[in-house]
Amino acid sequence: MNKPLSPALPNSLKPNSFKSGPDERGHFGTFGGRYVAETLMPLILEVEKAYEACKADPSFQAELDRYLADYVGRPSPLWFAERLTKALGGAQVWFKRDELNHTGAHKINNCMGQILLARRMGKTRIIAETGAGQHGVATATVCALFGLPCTIYMGATDVARQSPNVFRMKLLGAEVKPVTSGAATLKDAMNEALRDWVANVTDTYYLIGTVAGPHPYPAMVRDFQSVIGIEAKQQMLRATGRLPDIAVAAIGGGSNAMGLFYPFLDDTGVRLVGVEAAGHGLDSGQHAASLSKGRPGVLHGNRTYLLQDEFGQILEAHSISAGLDYPGVGPEHSWLHELGRVEYVAVTDGEALEAFQLCTRTEGIIPALEPAHALAHVAKIATTLPDDAIILMNLCGRGDKDIFTVAEALGVKL
Amino acid sequence: MTSNRLPAGGPNRIATRFAAVAAEGRGALITFVEAYDPDRATSEALLAGMPAAGADLIEIGVPFTDPMADGPTIQRAAQRGLKAGATLPATLDMVRGFRSLDAATPIVLMGYYNPVLSYGPERFAADAADAGVDGLIIVDLPPEEADELTVHTGPAGLELIRLVAPTTDDKRLPVVLAGSGGFVYYVSITGITGTRSASEAQLADAIPRIRRATTLPVAVGFGVRTPEQAAAAVRLADAAVVASALIDTLSGDLDEAGRAKPGTVEKVLDQVRALAAGVRGARRNNQAAE
Repeated sequence: MNKPLSPALPNSLKPNSFKSGPDERGHFGTFGGRYVAETLMPLILEVEKAYEACKADPSFQAELDRYLADYVGRPSPLWFAERLTKALGGAQVWFKRDELNHTGAHKINNCMGQILLARRMGKTRIIAETGAGQHGVATATVCALFGLPCTIYMGATDVARQSPNVFRMKLLGAEVKPVTSGAATLKDAMNEALRDWVANVTDTYYLIGTVAGPHPYPAMVRDFQSVIGIEAKQQMLRATGRLPDIAVAAIGGGSNAMGLFYPFLDDTGVRLVGVEAAGHGLDSGQHAASLSKGRPGVLHGNRTYLLQDEFGQILEAHSISAGLDYPGVGPEHSWLHELGRVEYVAVTDGEALEAFQLCTRTEGIIPALEPAHALAHVAKIATTLPDDAIILMNLCGRGDKDIFTVAEALGVKL
Repeated sequence: MTSNRLPAGGPNRIATRFAAVAAEGRGALITFVEAYDPDRATSEALLAGMPAAGADLIEIGVPFTDPMADGPTIQRAAQRGLKAGATLPATLDMVRGFRSLDAATPIVLMGYYNPVLSYGPERFAADAADAGVDGLIIVDLPPEEADELTVHTGPAGLELIRLVAPTTDDKRLPVVLAGSGGFVYYVSITGITGTRSASEAQLADAIPRIRRATTLPVAVGFGVRTPEQAAAAVRLADAAVVASALIDTLSGDLDEAGRAKPGTVEKVLDQVRALAAGVRGARRNNQAAE
């Protein structure tokens, strides 16, 4: 327990605080930054300036807090998953229940923050990318709440496999534009959203859904998601009188994980574990494990670990979970990976499916396939730990959206 | 392997060509070829034929899987190129081949940063200069992030050509132009390649603003499709860049299997000739009026 930090870097090269990133140019060590076309640079600088002003303005946080409490339903509960713990036979498993948020996932924490920012900036049109559709639904929701038109870019492949969320977005008044370029998944949706932004620079705000993209997005999205870890820390202290031994979260772009991990980064007695999607297996060539199998590169405005070939062409990712199906990862994760502060592991489609069913039967909670990946890793390690050990897992989304995918994977015809 | 690198400290091919074109009292035509689109032989034939057809400088697009500043035309060209086996080293090899035919026409590589980063900035700068590349346009590498490349391109004699956009205000302009070389590429619209075009009034507003900030030649790109638009561009600026319109002609002439037909290359070169006539006619009109 409380294993010391893995010495990936000599201490002299480690920052005084793991919460010190990014620097003023948006760099987390060698990662992050602002790799965008010149047309977008002034816009990104404007977003940064506006966000810094909001951070310094107590009325912004007060406004956000009110919406998070009364509209999103925060704080989300911390739940001791007792039957699951018994079934696994080892460490105690606790869930941070962000699937109970309005719209059913952690995504709305960030959307609420960014929509208030966009309003303060006087923007009148919102665009976003989405993979599983959770961020699209959350964006469409806050746009409906504030009466702003919104366009959601979604890979055509994802439109087909996440049709309930597509319908939800349309009900909320969003325009959903299927993207057919590339493999027609999240990466291509992000390209298309950036192209839209380049063409609509005056009125449009790009509401990025994860801790990636050009600075300030990775830091800003992390800040808005950190409410998860801040609450969890207080709740855990209240419930058990101590911090967890291990905190676990799934990683696609990595926003729910950054949100959970960030407030714990300097509590070095807490092991932090990010779970990537191993798809059909890490050696299958069909996975989304950019930290486990990728190398640093530049895509979508930031420098980070990417799945790429030897010539720097980006590879298609694969995961049963549309929300993890992305060949990159947020730059702060790349940094924490190189610093050795967070351990990154990977879980296959099959393991996630098993965990999905285990959670459903033992706790009466249908998890999204994204946190089912985190749970699959929890199941692996819980059995190796004593029963006074505490594992905190971010249950970042509910699985209603995934029942068709799961049924198909299990060979059930609905 | 022989090096096509020019002697250090001497004039770059880009400066030499712009000076020669200016001495003729006209603007320059910059044409575009996507490497390996739809195959190596066709793109090499286009490249080889462009100078005689009237291209003063040539941009070679380096295919990338995620060209986020490009419209559907160049996106599809990149996909065809990648399918045909285009890589950054293969593109440098094309330039080397071109240099055995043409020692004077400036070659500018246009692409995205990740293939360069993957190749290694230092090795890339050296190999590109040796292959005979003169300038680089790296779309997603703003000045804020360019240090790790410019530290190597400068000594290799490669010019880093900067993009200036309508959103680049007067305060930011010096930031973008610091360390820029070759020419300034004015992205004349807010948008992706091959979509809309700037009006003459918009250009008349923008070009003098850039001229006040730099002594480098100014080229206008994005949305320049016709000989008339190219002529309008060089009446105000020093060069017109035409890319998507040429690729549209190429892709429109491919057979069902996506292969070039016997007349495809000539069709694109005919368009280059028409564009060159437009560009060359423009300054003459201009001079006649003076």
